[in-house]
Amino acid sequence: MDRLDRHFGLEGQMLRLRAQRMAVLASNIANAATPHYRARDLDFSAVLEAEQATVLAATNPRHLQPAGRWEGPVMRYRLPVSPSLDGNTVELATEQVQFAENALRYRVALAVVGGRIDSLRAALRVE
Amino acid sequence: MSPLSVFDIAGRAMSAQLVRLNTTASNLANAGAVAPDPARAFRALKPVFATVYEGASGRATVAVLGVVKAAVEPGRRHEPGHPLADAAGYVHTAAVDVNAELVELVETARQYQNNIEVLETAKSLTLETLRLGR
Repeated sequence: MDRLDRHFGLEGQMLRLRAQRMAVLASNIANAATPHYRARDLDFSAVLEAEQATVLAATNPRHLQPAGRWEGPVMRYRLPVSPSLDGNTVELATEQVQFAENALRYRVALAVVGGRIDSLRAALRVE
Repeated sequence: MSPLSVFDIAGRAMSAQLVRLNTTASNLANAGAVAPDPARAFRALKPVFATVYEGASGRATVAVLGVVKAAVEPGRRHEPGHPLADAAGYVHTAAVDVNAELVELVETARQYQNNIEVLETAKSLTLETLRLGR
């Protein structure tokens, strides 16, 4: 991993994942009236665990990585509180709360990354 | 094809909801229309929504496959003096459930607003990201 990447740390990855989740939640809200659409969401606990999973040093191309490595975000279907007759499982209240929470957490990650940029700039500046 | 952005997803959902709003408006406008025979009586229009998936990325937007006529038989009213009455003195009324259409109208407006909120949030987050480090 690049030194700069490491400087931005988990929050840098978090921004990307939150943006990805925002598109998934926007898809749910967009399909609120589509029959048979099943709401989906990214499973963040699984995503984060996998992101933090250790990557073994591979000195030979035939070395294998542990099975728990992150291959992509884990998508799960949402369990509806009360499924509707047309097979659509989007519940606007749930989706709106999740969307708002996701936007807030995106802003948090943005603030942390902004702070890291400020500290980098402070370190570079000669005064 | 570039990946679907939040703007694409919400934008297409908004245009789908607008089609739905248009059909509801047509149905309400024609709720009082009468015809001389059942074949020519107005039948409520319904849009058919379908999800457009983007591979396994979890992103999906919505498209309107078409607008179909609802499978509801028009009613008839005995009104011999009406200029459009048939030989037996009946006029055939539009097959529109006004109450259901009004509910549909409110729901459409609400879901349209939700998509606008999604767009606004995505826009402000994008702008905040652009300002990062300034």
